[in-house]
Amino acid sequence: MSTVEDTPQYHKKDFMSDQTVRWCPGCGDYAILSQVQTVFADLGIPRHQFAVVSGIGCSSRFPYYMNTYGFHTIHGRAPAFATGLRLANPELSVWLVTGDGDGLSIGGNHLIHILRRNVDLQILMFNNRIYGLTKGQYSPTSEVGKRTKSSPMGSIDRPFMPCALAIGADGTFIARTADIFVKEQRALLKAAHRHKGTSFIEILQNCVIFNGGAFDDQTARKLRDEHCVFLENGKPMLYGSKDARKGLVIGDDYRIGSIDIHTPEDEARVLVHHQTNLAMATLLTRIGTDDGLPTAMGIMYHMQAPVYEREVYAQIETAQARPGSGNLHKALVGKNPWTVQG
Amino acid sequence: MQDVAQDGAVVSTRQIIDDVVVRFAGDSGDGMQLTGDQFTRTTAAQGNDLATFPDYPAEIRAPAGTLAGVSGFQVHFSSHHVRTPGDQPSVLVAMNPAALAANVKDLKTGGLIIVNTDKFGARDLEKADLTSNPLEDGSLDAYQVVPVQLSNLTKAAVQELGLNTKEADRCKNFFALGMTYWLFDRALDWTQNWIRTKFKAPYAEANLRALQAGYNYALTVELFHAGYEVPPAALKPGTYRNITGNQATALGLLVAAQKAGRPLFQGAYPITPASDILHLLATYKEFGVITFQAEDEIAAISATIGAAWGGAIAITSTSGPGLALKGEALGLGVIVELPMVVVDVQRGGPSTGLPTKTEQSDLFIALYGRHGDAPNPVIAAQTPGDCFHAAIDAVRIAVKYMTPVLLLTDGYLANGAAPWRLPDLDEIPEIPVSLADDPETFHPYERDPDTLARPWAIPGTPGLEHRIGGLEKADGSGNVSYDPDNHQKMTEIRRQKIARIAQDLDPVDVEGDSGGLLVVSWGGTFGAVRSAVTQARLAGTRCGHLHLRWLNPFPRGMAELFAGYDQILVPELNMGQLATVLRSTFLVDAKSYSKVQGKPFKVSELVARIQTMTSQA
Repeated sequence: MSTVEDTPQYHKKDFMSDQTVRWCPGCGDYAILSQVQTVFADLGIPRHQFAVVSGIGCSSRFPYYMNTYGFHTIHGRAPAFATGLRLANPELSVWLVTGDGDGLSIGGNHLIHILRRNVDLQILMFNNRIYGLTKGQYSPTSEVGKRTKSSPMGSIDRPFMPCALAIGADGTFIARTADIFVKEQRALLKAAHRHKGTSFIEILQNCVIFNGGAFDDQTARKLRDEHCVFLENGKPMLYGSKDARKGLVIGDDYRIGSIDIHTPEDEARVLVHHQTNLAMATLLTRIGTDDGLPTAMGIMYHMQAPVYEREVYAQIETAQARPGSGNLHKALVGKNPWTVQG
Repeated sequence: MQDVAQDGAVVSTRQIIDDVVVRFAGDSGDGMQLTGDQFTRTTAAQGNDLATFPDYPAEIRAPAGTLAGVSGFQVHFSSHHVRTPGDQPSVLVAMNPAALAANVKDLKTGGLIIVNTDKFGARDLEKADLTSNPLEDGSLDAYQVVPVQLSNLTKAAVQELGLNTKEADRCKNFFALGMTYWLFDRALDWTQNWIRTKFKAPYAEANLRALQAGYNYALTVELFHAGYEVPPAALKPGTYRNITGNQATALGLLVAAQKAGRPLFQGAYPITPASDILHLLATYKEFGVITFQAEDEIAAISATIGAAWGGAIAITSTSGPGLALKGEALGLGVIVELPMVVVDVQRGGPSTGLPTKTEQSDLFIALYGRHGDAPNPVIAAQTPGDCFHAAIDAVRIAVKYMTPVLLLTDGYLANGAAPWRLPDLDEIPEIPVSLADDPETFHPYERDPDTLARPWAIPGTPGLEHRIGGLEKADGSGNVSYDPDNHQKMTEIRRQKIARIAQDLDPVDVEGDSGGLLVVSWGGTFGAVRSAVTQARLAGTRCGHLHLRWLNPFPRGMAELFAGYDQILVPELNMGQLATVLRSTFLVDAKSYSKVQGKPFKVSELVARIQTMTSQA
């Protein structure tokens, strides 16, 4: 295996494949692709140790545009392919790209199971709250009432909140960002890479064609301060503009609320974010929809748990350390052989 | 035991016979599979050739005493070569009225019935849907009935051990086993040792006493007209063990990975009757085997493909419903051209069908069960022990031709046991694996001119970074291509590649006559069909037997072979799937003989069909 010392100095372009990128003009995927290529060049990992695995959908074309090993698999199953790959080759840095349809609808089962197993890889879920590649049907994250080709009178499905689902599935690293949040996104990608276990990042991604502006509240310059709380571990959860500062507080009823901050006493009431606090993280994954609260951005939850592949190999090592192990003849003979003489 | 065996008086009462079929039948909670298994192991150790047929219900515990809950285990053992578990038992051990009622019709006329009379109360008869007591109504007049108060005798045998009634009653299968051991002059020591390692006190002691009591009872009470002796068969010298098809499959996969010098990866989801392959491979961690129990069948094959990409000898095992779920991923396996083996232990279908019963009805899905033109090779094992060799052949072809391979076994092979002579590991050829490693010459879809295989390039190899996936790829470069001519070309190459596997296969090999009737079979019916053709020929019928190991591609020379016969008969445990393929591929008048009862063919019914066909010709 290569060491950091003999890893070449990479630039973003080293991670750009020779294939023409074919997302729609203005698609949020371009910004994400650019951040991933930039971050890969910075991680100190030889290029041949990267593998990008995807399912089906607009987002899942991602591997074709990365000059790494890549596998564009089938709809929804990327977590299972990636698990098999990690088990066969635990040296690789594996990145899984999926969308809200691929990951939460057809692939919901695989997503929850990779999270509970805590396979060491990074999941980037591009959430645009719509089916793009099939041209505009409502998705598992579409809001109730959304009118689409397949819901002309409005969607009646209650939407999933991806991070809430991920934390419910015992994920160990749960974060959210948006396609155009360049700086935050890069920091999150690096933090996800450092995490040992499954990292889940929901990336709010704008589908200009079928659901343009879905995240304007969170991403527009004039609106984002009011609608997002950017989490920092160990820091109070403050948001709002300079003139109208706000903070998150917890009420006696264990609900999260928001207060306007005018005095130091107000500020002292604001909750401090602790990434390892499951109860708090669970609340944070759910705020920001029709509740008058901001959407949480950054790492909501981060804790260490046994890594699946390591446990698999630990059992193998234990078995191999037993005296007399690895005798193929013994395995074939079984427990009760007998001999027929000639 | 030996005292008895050396006792002249006892030995003199033994009649030497060369072939016996015994069936143990009882409630699924009566331990009949265990009893049959013990009888099998002891019989194998005594040097007889044998074959077994476990037949159990899908329910773990159906209501006690009912027909639905009857579990059976048939053992055919002989002084000669044994190919099938036998058409008709000559001895039936029946633990209750339901077991008797469900099985007596299979018994040979004049056969022996050892029956537990303690379970023939009015309620017991009612539970078995019987309106009269078969022990009294004359319906068993054609058989020799040996009535035994199994429950009470067992209770007496274990009396001093302080077991409660229920616990004491649970030992009665060992009492019955002990009786059959006396009947066929089997040594007790193998089972005694097994009981000592398997059970804790006082249950070990109780079972030992029940076994011995059953043996002594049979010896002293003179229930039987005679004891029997079945001399050992003349088996080829070597080390033997009993093996089931599932055990042999697991071992074959293990050995194949070792011969390829790559780690073995198995992705699997529990399913009857394939789960034992997972159970067994999970115990081989000492060989670096990775078993991944996935969240579903689709994840199981998807992880398998991911592991194949990562350089493992990757396999997934399942049964029919699981294979249906794996179809889409298997199509991906075909287009990305990675080596892997999909084991399908066939069972009665469609849907949940008859999950614990055997059938050969997955040939079509194995050959065709993917969307698009997506050919993959299909190999079928023919005996429990042959599953070992078929698994190795499947891996060898998968790696050499860079393709998924379907290995078909079935419930009958998977659970049936037979003595298996251990192969010499050194005689099994290595499986050459060549991994791409040269960035200068590497093209993801450049092909070996001989096999048309593309290179196996494992992530982590410096300089070979490339993308694969389900979209059609350009010949050579492997870039995504929507070019119409390229798709035509790639589709043809994928078909040609599989067709070329025929160059690696043994030519067609017929047993028997080169004219007259040709019987064509595949998979687990081998033993029954071979026996039937042999018997028919001895009776003067001109016929031959072709047993196919590879169903895609077929071995070379089939058309020429068919031309030499007047008639073709294709017996299958399905509605004529191979017959249909043969008719469409070779334009021959292959006649199907179909059976879909969840049971294997009887030799006698095959002989009858062969004779009917030839006498009408």
